[in-house]
Amino acid sequence: MLNRKSTLSAVLYHAFIIGLGFIMLYPILWMFVSSIKPEAEIFQNAASLIPSDIKWENYAVGWEGYGQYDFGLFFKNSIIVTSLVVVGTLFSSSLVAYGFARLTFKFQKFLFACLLGTVMLPVQVVVIPQYILYHKLNWIDTFLPLVVPAFVGGAAFFIFLMVQFIRGIPRELDEAAVIDGCSPFGIFWHVILPLCKPALITVTIFSFMWTWDDFFTPLIFLQDTSLYTVALGLRGFMDPDAMTAWGPLIAMSSLSLLPQFILFLFCQKYIVKGIATTGIK
Amino acid sequence: MENVPVQGGKKRQVVETTLKQRTIRNNLIGYAFISPWLIGFIGIIVGPMLYSLYLSFTHYDLLSAPSWIGMENYINIFTQDPRFWTTLKVTFLFVFIAVPLRLIFALAIAMLMNMGFRGAGVYSLIYYVPSIIGGSVAVAVIWRQIFGREGALNHVLAWFNIEGYNWFAHPDYALSVLILLIVWQFGSPMVIFLAGLRQIPSELYEAAAVDGANAFHRFFRITIPMLTPVIFFNLVFAVINGFLTFTQAFLITAGGPIDRTLLYALYLYQNAFEYFRMGYASALAWILLLIIGILTALIFLTSKKWVYYESEGGKQGAQ
Repeated sequence: MLNRKSTLSAVLYHAFIIGLGFIMLYPILWMFVSSIKPEAEIFQNAASLIPSDIKWENYAVGWEGYGQYDFGLFFKNSIIVTSLVVVGTLFSSSLVAYGFARLTFKFQKFLFACLLGTVMLPVQVVVIPQYILYHKLNWIDTFLPLVVPAFVGGAAFFIFLMVQFIRGIPRELDEAAVIDGCSPFGIFWHVILPLCKPALITVTIFSFMWTWDDFFTPLIFLQDTSLYTVALGLRGFMDPDAMTAWGPLIAMSSLSLLPQFILFLFCQKYIVKGIATTGIK
Repeated sequence: MENVPVQGGKKRQVVETTLKQRTIRNNLIGYAFISPWLIGFIGIIVGPMLYSLYLSFTHYDLLSAPSWIGMENYINIFTQDPRFWTTLKVTFLFVFIAVPLRLIFALAIAMLMNMGFRGAGVYSLIYYVPSIIGGSVAVAVIWRQIFGREGALNHVLAWFNIEGYNWFAHPDYALSVLILLIVWQFGSPMVIFLAGLRQIPSELYEAAAVDGANAFHRFFRITIPMLTPVIFFNLVFAVINGFLTFTQAFLITAGGPIDRTLLYALYLYQNAFEYFRMGYASALAWILLLIIGILTALIFLTSKKWVYYESEGGKQGAQ
């Protein structure tokens, strides 16, 4: 009797979770399916997840982009920006975090409090003067405003994350390295950094995901179409004044998400762990 | 014998100078390591913030130099700008509906995932998928189609003989559809809740069961109190991010219809980068910072009353 009851509740449970999960996933599935639907069917048979005919043309047409710019260029731009941001974030967050977590210097506590104060600072408050600054430096319409902040610790959150991680590494390891005649940089490079691998992976994944996804920063600092990232390229596609070519737009949207989905597929353990322990949004 | 004190004095001096040199050296090494951040902090955070404060008291259109106008921007915002009040109303409505819904949903699903059924790990990953795409343009494309006049939702409604709208063009529904989007992406708070739920010692539930507590009691007397630190954390993040929501409103509705989705961040962007009213937009930015600051402070201050930390009861937290 009890057994039957628990089987029933298990069936209900799984049915409910899968049903709701399907509704959750539906919009994303819909996008991938629509990207291979014949153009007319996107609207005539909008709710359906089964295309009557598989057409890959949307990808070919979408890839052409508009004007003289194709999506190959936008992807290239996105890859350049994202990889530079990731490198810059790894560089600045590890170096600075080691300084705060392990070294002693004047005003250390005060400066660390400043760092924490900026973790949640709304970008809207600094973006206008930053725009003016970059404008005066002639950086508008270059990748510099997107990339340089990463090298100077622009994402304070990652520094904080690394500080927390380094604090968890036993100090005896540093002391042993000092006895062996290691300099502070030597300790950082040979002892701390190799042990930080899990934290560095988390930083890599999230800075990649956020930069790839980012629409706001490129929107403000890039005007020249030849510099557009994928996000801006897509937006140019959905111009409300022109007739939106939905098929190609959806195809390119699907393609734009591919790197993130691939990363999620291979790194979901790190992603889930990273969110759970650090609260990354 | 006479030499000893002299020698001792010398020794102390030597020790003192090396100590001093060492502190200076330590300071230098420390600053060398944090220098990337320090440069950025001064150059792209503090400097710009001070400049933005200054700009908020000026008229500035990027073309000619900023001209000092005192409090005029602020006065105009509060007395001459009906759209400011609209955007404030829309944003508060958005945040105060979307944030609780998102967190309630996240908690409910996290509890379902924590019931001990098989496959919960895979299920929670599936529920996280919509959050991966975050504020991307692709999600705007999807939402625009699904809730458009010819969209998937209206097709489904048509099976039940219900005629839909172009949901984004309807003043009463446009904001709701944006809220739905935020709620849909409840993955991150869910994962955090799930981690929090797993920290609750099962003995608590067992003891409660022995005492005859029903599910309702267990939820409100054990689960919720034990989760308050996590709820607090999720709440702060969700409120701040709610106020900064931009991409979805910009791409999907562009603030319309009749400003019903004119979120604050969007209005700020329009003033700065469409109308080039840099001084005015700076004042808007500082008002936004003030609002977020006050709300965050309120959550922090009241948190003493409702956030329960295990360590305060004498028992150290599990982590």
